[in-house]
Amino acid sequence: MAVSNARVDPSGGFTVESLRANPRQARKERLIRDSLGATALVSVIVSGLIIWSLFSEAYTFIVEVDWGTVWDIGWFPRRGIYDIKTLLIASFIVTGIAMVVAGPLGLGAAIYLSEYARPQIRKMLKPILEILAGIPSVVLGFFALQWIAPNLVKTLFSGPAAGSLLAAGIGVGVLVIPLVASISEDAMKAVPMSLREASSGLGARRVTTTIRVVLPAAVSGLMAAFIVAVSRALGETMVVVMAGGAAQTAVYTHSPLEGSLTITAGMTSLARGTDNVVGEGLTFQSLFFIGLVLFVLTFVLNLLSDRFVHKVREQY
Amino acid sequence: MAKARLVGDRTSTMMVQAMERRSTDVRGRVFQVSLFVTLLLSLFILGVLVVDVVMDGWGIITGRPGGFLSGTIRSRSIDPKLGVHQALVGTFWIAVFVAVLAFPIGIGAAVWLEEYAPKNRFARFVELNIRNLAGVPSIVYGLLGLFLFVERLEGITGGKSIASAGVTLAILVLPIVIITAQEAIRAVPQGLKEGAYGVGATKWDMIRSQVLPYAAPGILTGTLLSMSRGIGEAAPLLLVGAVSGRLGSDAGFFDFGAITEQGFMAMPIIIVEWVQESGRDPGFAEAAAAAIVVLLVFVILMNATAILLRNYFENKRG
Repeated sequence: MAVSNARVDPSGGFTVESLRANPRQARKERLIRDSLGATALVSVIVSGLIIWSLFSEAYTFIVEVDWGTVWDIGWFPRRGIYDIKTLLIASFIVTGIAMVVAGPLGLGAAIYLSEYARPQIRKMLKPILEILAGIPSVVLGFFALQWIAPNLVKTLFSGPAAGSLLAAGIGVGVLVIPLVASISEDAMKAVPMSLREASSGLGARRVTTTIRVVLPAAVSGLMAAFIVAVSRALGETMVVVMAGGAAQTAVYTHSPLEGSLTITAGMTSLARGTDNVVGEGLTFQSLFFIGLVLFVLTFVLNLLSDRFVHKVREQY
Repeated sequence: MAKARLVGDRTSTMMVQAMERRSTDVRGRVFQVSLFVTLLLSLFILGVLVVDVVMDGWGIITGRPGGFLSGTIRSRSIDPKLGVHQALVGTFWIAVFVAVLAFPIGIGAAVWLEEYAPKNRFARFVELNIRNLAGVPSIVYGLLGLFLFVERLEGITGGKSIASAGVTLAILVLPIVIITAQEAIRAVPQGLKEGAYGVGATKWDMIRSQVLPYAAPGILTGTLLSMSRGIGEAAPLLLVGAVSGRLGSDAGFFDFGAITEQGFMAMPIIIVEWVQESGRDPGFAEAAAAAIVVLLVFVILMNATAILLRNYFENKRG
């Protein structure tokens, strides 16, 4: 420690000199500070590498591709047909269905946990939601294909018992329920108790307090939850790969009851077979092009949700 | 005057009536019950999921658990030597890469951000950057792995190898490790730090003796959560080139040469493989379910430990 190493003035008193840490120790402290700083720098380097890899291959694609093949009948990268609207429409359908499932369920669960549940009940139910949040997406993919498709899609919507965009959408929805629930609950917990008390003091019932006071006050956080969930649903891959009802190629469709590929699932379309990631001309680069599209979409959404989160912090 | 008193009287009578009224608040009840139903529905889905998977895989789990764990990939589902051994080895090594790379770098970055970072533009940029990285879809990390580790650094990683996959997933969970460790470090009471300085500790002494021990449970929770995320992640592995079909070899757990060998398997990938093969040979659906049970045992154990640990320390420190 610094004091034990400090030099004491022969006359008995401390001088400025004696308070200075010894040089070896100061060097050690600097070294530790710099190496910790270097570990923080790793994350910046990772971002740089992601952007480099996406842009350099996507650039080749953008420069060399025949743009007629980017607006065509479907996604057949091995045959040189890279119709991006097929993937975009499928992504929007899956994300839309997922939000129809996860929005009400996640928000309802969050309101219950934040405004109604007694502490003991909350302590029991919250961990179960957290476990649901930790379930790998391949498991949800299996569940969507083996259970949701035959039991929900077929019986309720008379769709196919095998994979379809609807089955995948419901699966992705289940996946993002915990995300919606936890961010929304945080937002409502951040609403000051005094607002609720004032509302009750004016004679409002609990339901009125919740709907007229708590929800409007938490609206920024709820928006953030919704946007994060959309971004997550857009980026979800495995559920669509397994339950989306299309393998490696897809013909354009806008029907949720048919099979197709989303942007994410399209990226895995070359990853199977023995000759993975080899194909005609720009096949390899096409993956990075749609990867860049996805990256930009989610990046904008994440920035937007960050804005909303900051708004909540400023208010309370 | 008279009118005012009249209004006052009416109001007070109404107030008294309202307070004496014992009628239940129907709208409120309906609202509360429907909220509770949404929550129960989420839990119900979790229940159905677990029951469905366990039932589908029941034959294998109870019939030949040992053989399934030590068996390898086969072309037919009725093959008695069918099993997940290669996938277990792959997932084990991915976990090692995550632990060796992501944990020290992530915790180091969190310490720097919370204790050393100057309040300037650069530190804010690093912070923002980490939050953005946490929101990047996992498949994009797969593209990074494909571009960098498989293509550019093939000489070191061996191409589509477990090393490429491990480094890619370590990078994927890095932001989660950093963010959870930051939260744990931020919760360390200022008094503890000042106490350490007061007895003459240097900054590093203070961090080592006060901050890290106090934040350890929180950091451990974060590492457990990110580890379970890492071993369950499949999308990046598909791009980094987990091979479909037969693997040439069945390496042991500590066969270091196999780390940079072309071709690998992992638990989530074998599940995808078998689900896809179940169209051709329905028996593979059962094998996939059994493999999911194996994966879920690990993932749920880690998550449950993390949640219990966090709740225990939250209660203790109140």
